Amino acid sequence: MTKETLAREIRMETEAAGHGAIAIRGVGKSYRTGKTEFQALGNIRLDIAANEFVTIVGPSGCGKSTLLRIVAGLEEASVGEVTVDGVAVVGPGADRGMVFQGYTLFPWLTVRQNIEYGPKLKGVPILERRAVSNRYLRITRLESFANRFPKQLSGGMKQRVAIARALANGPKVLLMDEPFGALDAQTKLEMQEALLDVWAKEKTTVLFITHDIDEAIFLSQRILVMAAGPGRMIGEYQVALPAERTPEVREHPDFLKLKRELASLLKHKEA
Amino acid sequence: MMHAEKGHGARQEAAAGPKAGGGPRAVAGALRKPTRRHRIQIFEDIPKRGFAVTAIVSFLVMLAFWSILSYGNMVSRVFLPTPDRVLHTFFDLLGTQAYWHHIGISVFRVSAGFALACLLAIPIGLIAGTFRFAEAFVEPPMEFIRYMPAVAFIPLIMVWAGIGEWAKILLIFIGCFFQLVLMVASDTRQVSKDLVQASFTLGASRWQAVQTVVIPAVQPRLMNTMRLMLGWAWTYLVVAELVAVNSGLGYAIMKAQRFLNTDQIFVGIIVIGLLGLFSDRIFAFLNRRFFPWV
Repeated sequence: MTKETLAREIRMETEAAGHGAIAIRGVGKSYRTGKTEFQALGNIRLDIAANEFVTIVGPSGCGKSTLLRIVAGLEEASVGEVTVDGVAVVGPGADRGMVFQGYTLFPWLTVRQNIEYGPKLKGVPILERRAVSNRYLRITRLESFANRFPKQLSGGMKQRVAIARALANGPKVLLMDEPFGALDAQTKLEMQEALLDVWAKEKTTVLFITHDIDEAIFLSQRILVMAAGPGRMIGEYQVALPAERTPEVREHPDFLKLKRELASLLKHKEA
Repeated sequence: MMHAEKGHGARQEAAAGPKAGGGPRAVAGALRKPTRRHRIQIFEDIPKRGFAVTAIVSFLVMLAFWSILSYGNMVSRVFLPTPDRVLHTFFDLLGTQAYWHHIGISVFRVSAGFALACLLAIPIGLIAGTFRFAEAFVEPPMEFIRYMPAVAFIPLIMVWAGIGEWAKILLIFIGCFFQLVLMVASDTRQVSKDLVQASFTLGASRWQAVQTVVIPAVQPRLMNTMRLMLGWAWTYLVVAELVAVNSGLGYAIMKAQRFLNTDQIFVGIIVIGLLGLFSDRIFAFLNRRFFPWV
């Protein structure tokens, strides 16, 4: 084996293994209004491993959404760089799927057509597309709604479709911007379980934004806490809970302990 | 319909309330009849039948007013013909081939002018609404031109296009085009930016986002705008047909005026109204048919 082919092999292997590793390197964002400059994000550094489920919690206006949108490529960082598997982010792309807080399903497409939107753009032939949408309709338990229009769905169902639509595109990274923020409490819990269920099957990297501490602990492997003025990381916690998260996890002493810690950290910061 | 049912349910509940929940402390006075909610509510829906009945009443009021003025001889019949006279003339005129020819040529002019305006204004409006550079290039001059009265262009149009069919079509075109560009651009700007961003995160290029998000999303509003604009096209038609023509509904109205046949003027106006109503209904139908997802 020549040196060159070996190098290529190694590169291919690391690419295959590095499925959705995010590196945020000194990212900052400032807005200028007239003569005053407002710094929304200061020097953020963060590494997220492939297949990791990381949540960022923080109060409204701490810049967590801005950070997520920079990773998505929907906003440009003023300084610093974001890479996914070593490739710098220069704009939005299919490798970084996103689920928004507001409902962003295409209202003129049925549930199935929404899920097939990404594959269709890529030119995936119709039969394969069908197979993909069938798979994600099944995973998100939406089979019986395949031919409905979004306006005929409840809020929770719409977000399930949005998740299915993002995943059907085979992204390396799933970015979620308070996706369950507009849902009622009961639906929210169901959606959290559904998301973990999907994540267990898909194993993509997830970067999840929320201001709900319970949600953060229940879902993630790692939690980062952000504070405002300028947006920065003020704490990092590994969630030492069993990988299999059942609703009973919420009663677990470690869960409650972490919840207290996070709550006091956030409260402290606000005061 | 929905509201009526809900309102009914709420009334029943209110009626049952004191009986069920009052307990031993309930006194006879608490069982009095609940006061009824007022029928006229801000922004609230009303039953479909109530709407239809009110609409019919509105027409009847107009007709009654007209009848009082004309049958009561409050206005000379030369100026204001009676309703039955207009109805009579209506069927008389519609029985002649010449009148159908007028209708036909007018419909042709409106359709041609309007279609031409749509054909050019919709793509320009879409681009101006989508890209800020295009907006800066297109909109300021359009804003300026649209305040110029289309009617004032008539002498110029006669110089440019003579007095043939093109002159009429051109006037309708000028009347509609500039407004339409601005309205389509405004419709396009109302497309949710979130939807476009969602398409980007699903791998769409800018061109694909325009094709698969902006254009489908704008369509229902576009149809509505076209529907409004068609009404304007009919207005400009009559203006176009008032000068140097010998056919069309506007011409028929002008000719009737010359002989003080006010009943024929009324018929001309009513026919245009009916044509407008008819085309409006077609647009409304197409909207429901093509955009069931709205």
